[in-house]
Amino acid sequence: MELTLNPTHQALAYLVSAVLFIFALKGLTHPSTARRGNLFGMLGMGIAIGATLLGAEVQDYWLIAVAGIIGAVVGIVIALRIQMTAMPQLVAALHSFVGMAAVLVAIGTFINRQQAGTLDAVLMGELSAGIVIGAITFTGSVIAFAKLQGIMSGAPIKFAGQHALNALIGVLTVALAVYFAMTGSVWALVLMTLLAFVLGGTLIIPIGGADMPVIISMLNSYSGWAAAATGFTLHNNLLIIVGALVGFSGAILSYIMCRAMNRSILNVVFGGFGTDAGGGDSAGAVAAEKGVKSASVEDAVYWMEDAGKVIIVPGYGMAVAQAQHALKEMMELLQARGVEVKFAIHPVAGRMPGHMNVLLAEADIPYDQVLEMDEINPEFQTADVALVVGANDVVNPAAKEDTASPIYGMPILEAGKARQVYFLKRSMRPGYSGVDNLLFYQDNTSLIFGDAKDTIEGMVSALKGGGH
Amino acid sequence: MSESILALYIFVLACFIGYYVVWGVTPSLHTPLVALTNAISGIVLVGALLVTGLDEAGFLASGMGFLAVLLASINVFGGFLVTHRMLSMFKKKK
Repeated sequence: MELTLNPTHQALAYLVSAVLFIFALKGLTHPSTARRGNLFGMLGMGIAIGATLLGAEVQDYWLIAVAGIIGAVVGIVIALRIQMTAMPQLVAALHSFVGMAAVLVAIGTFINRQQAGTLDAVLMGELSAGIVIGAITFTGSVIAFAKLQGIMSGAPIKFAGQHALNALIGVLTVALAVYFAMTGSVWALVLMTLLAFVLGGTLIIPIGGADMPVIISMLNSYSGWAAAATGFTLHNNLLIIVGALVGFSGAILSYIMCRAMNRSILNVVFGGFGTDAGGGDSAGAVAAEKGVKSASVEDAVYWMEDAGKVIIVPGYGMAVAQAQHALKEMMELLQARGVEVKFAIHPVAGRMPGHMNVLLAEADIPYDQVLEMDEINPEFQTADVALVVGANDVVNPAAKEDTASPIYGMPILEAGKARQVYFLKRSMRPGYSGVDNLLFYQDNTSLIFGDAKDTIEGMVSALKGGGH
Repeated sequence: MSESILALYIFVLACFIGYYVVWGVTPSLHTPLVALTNAISGIVLVGALLVTGLDEAGFLASGMGFLAVLLASINVFGGFLVTHRMLSMFKKKK
């Protein structure tokens, strides 16, 4: 290549790109600036890649072009095709790619540097960090993907001595890393890499499906740290900055998710909370036995069509049933009758942070009608109807009243304060925490059994046909 | 100050930037935040380019670099595009 960028200009380009990435994240402060933020991110990435390709270090372009084009095509096709409900799986898969890329870059760097004879202890220490974090991110994300995709059961996998085993693998991995840094032994490198891959798996298998929002956030954080570690090995400040931004982003999200469940991160990581229990008995029969009222679609419509305010509480069940589009139609019909309709989102509703917001946005529900827990909670007492669509634990008053309950202390959406509460449910089985929902037995609560989408569609046609 | 210590300075300060910027992100955009940070962490692509692009890189190193470039590109292209798709759906009440 004729045109090469000197190191100073390259470093300045990297600085510009780092600033653009910060603006990209800053853009997500509000939906109105978010798209611009994403464009800043793309621009930053474009500058970073351009500056790298033009630098003196990159001399051979063939392999890069082929790999880059394949990757771009695959990425674009996936991004265009993916269903919004499958976003948690996609994110898990993408995290695994970052982890694996970090491992490959670290090992590739080791080989190149060994050939050039420029290895030293500090570099090998940094390489080890990149490999270990990258490998844990990779297998951890693969397991998370398998659980989300239903390839693996979402139930926690636990066995005796699990934590001791993880600790043992962890200690061995670190010991090998130290030995590798001091001696440069290839065997130590290989063994360390393999153990780190194993550790990523054994750390994630005991974590249950309901804790997925935390796991996704944690792996997001790990993928950032992996990028930062790669930055240390390559003495590349851009990677270090970006890694720190992403690492902290994931860490903060993990914290927010844990706080929303009133659990510590350690409790999530080691807890093995939640089951994947399948209900067997007839829903109606079990409900009657337990003293729960069940209602028909018409009952709910009767209350909703003349209501002043209806608050809808969506949960993971809405995503599974793909009921968001039907909800949008119902919302419009109610609004046409002068009913105020709002959506209440719990921070851990769904399988990743903000999952519900994206699904509602997909159905064209305006974001200013979708409110977070703290904003909406005071409004429930003035609502005529709270319609709970596929959510459970996040509205369970046991979290406030029952000190013995495993979910005690978790902040909830106060749906029970509405005049009428309708629960759309498939069956009487408890939520992912495995805890019975006290709200079912409240006087103003009725359950409507069936598939959430079918039920909402029933409501839509009742609103269209019947009524006035 | 050695290069590694300088890198550590940059790392720690960047952590603080991350901390303050991310707390400002609205909860309704947490999924796009995860997708965007994912796309951005595709920056390991830069590392992959450096490994692959080296003229003297042997067969093994080139192979690893090739795979790393491929994976990181999926992240970069897929991540930004899917973030864009999601953000385009967030609309205000008409």
